Amino acid sequence: MDTSLALVSILRQGSYLIASIHTALDDSQLLRFQRDLIRDIGVHRSDGVIIDVAALDVLDSFGSRTLRNIAEMARLRGAETIIVGIQADVAFAMVELGMDTGSVSTALDLEDGLAHLGRRGRHAGPR
Amino acid sequence: MIERSKTVDMNDAFPPFPGAEHEQLLPQLVAHLREHRTRLRQEWAARIQDSHLLQAMTPQEMAAETTSVYDNYVEVLETGSVEALQHYARDLSERIIPRGVETHEVVGIVLLLRDVLARSLFEKYQGDFPLLNTVLDAYEPAANRIANTVAVSFVDERERVIRQQQDSIRELSTPVLPVRERLLILPIIGVLDTERARQLTEQLLSGIRTHRAKVVVIDITGAPDVDEAVANHLVRTVDASRLMGASVIITGLSPKIAQTLVTIGVDLSKMNTIGDLQGGLEEAERLLGFTVSRRSETPE
Repeated sequence: MDTSLALVSILRQGSYLIASIHTALDDSQLLRFQRDLIRDIGVHRSDGVIIDVAALDVLDSFGSRTLRNIAEMARLRGAETIIVGIQADVAFAMVELGMDTGSVSTALDLEDGLAHLGRRGRHAGPR
Repeated sequence: MIERSKTVDMNDAFPPFPGAEHEQLLPQLVAHLREHRTRLRQEWAARIQDSHLLQAMTPQEMAAETTSVYDNYVEVLETGSVEALQHYARDLSERIIPRGVETHEVVGIVLLLRDVLARSLFEKYQGDFPLLNTVLDAYEPAANRIANTVAVSFVDERERVIRQQQDSIRELSTPVLPVRERLLILPIIGVLDTERARQLTEQLLSGIRTHRAKVVVIDITGAPDVDEAVANHLVRTVDASRLMGASVIITGLSPKIAQTLVTIGVDLSKMNTIGDLQGGLEEAERLLGFTVSRRSETPE
């Protein structure tokens, strides 16, 4: 737990969780991050998750698959996921390699991600 | 051969003449061409007319150019150095290329001059066949070399112009223009090759970040055609933009490009396309929540 806290921070902001990945994670760290985040959704009764990957200058196929899985699991637990801050190089590399985040929403940065969840919240109504 | 070393000094590539009598012959030949300059030049000009060459030029220009080509020609025969001719040919090409003069015309007129002069030599030496042969031995390599020089200079100049134009097209490149808050337009004018497509992606993705764009309109009205690689690259660019949180609207797909995209089976399901730039802008404004309305016409 200690190591993953240093690499990733998961903050609570109202009914949202904001998870910032600070550095490239290896596979086991990614899985630990996934486990922690999914658990925290239940703990905080969150309905929105923002994963900020702005600090990453590379995202491999396992990474993007894990992000997709997190989004899917979060949806099953009642929270919408949005990935923010994908760098230009990373975005193009992901597309070049045929990886994509599937149906997961993306936004330019944290601010846009919050706005996106807020808009959705208005339509969905209070929980 | 002893004479060889003498001629080689003058011009390395110039074929040395195989005989001492040529050294007297060439000046004789040059004198002949100078003497009959007016008549031969006119004959040449008439043959250019007959062959319908250089019709882009006025008769006055023709007269001026043919005179200087003639003089340059004779001078090369005299000195054996094509350097001055090279300069002149490049200069001439620079002037006539914008007028739409084609390569075959330039080569054609030089060959015509070669023939006109050869005929006059036949006429002059017809009584002495062996002498005529020696004269032609001296004349022909020089004449061919001149034709070669002019053609090469012309093609070089043309290639230089083409290169210059390519460079300026590349510099024009693909501007990324912010038109409203968080709305970018990318007009693509001209042929999209792989290099330009790569440049476009780079500029678009960094533009999305700098301008915090949410919607990007790529207008390809000005692109005549795309090939498979470029089409796939465009699709990837759209996907990458989406990953960065911007939606892309593509406008102005020509029937030809639409056909290409469908024929090569590019996956267009995720592409948001709209007929023209105006429609694309309206859609983008709608996505961003702008409403544009005309101000009331009545004065205050």
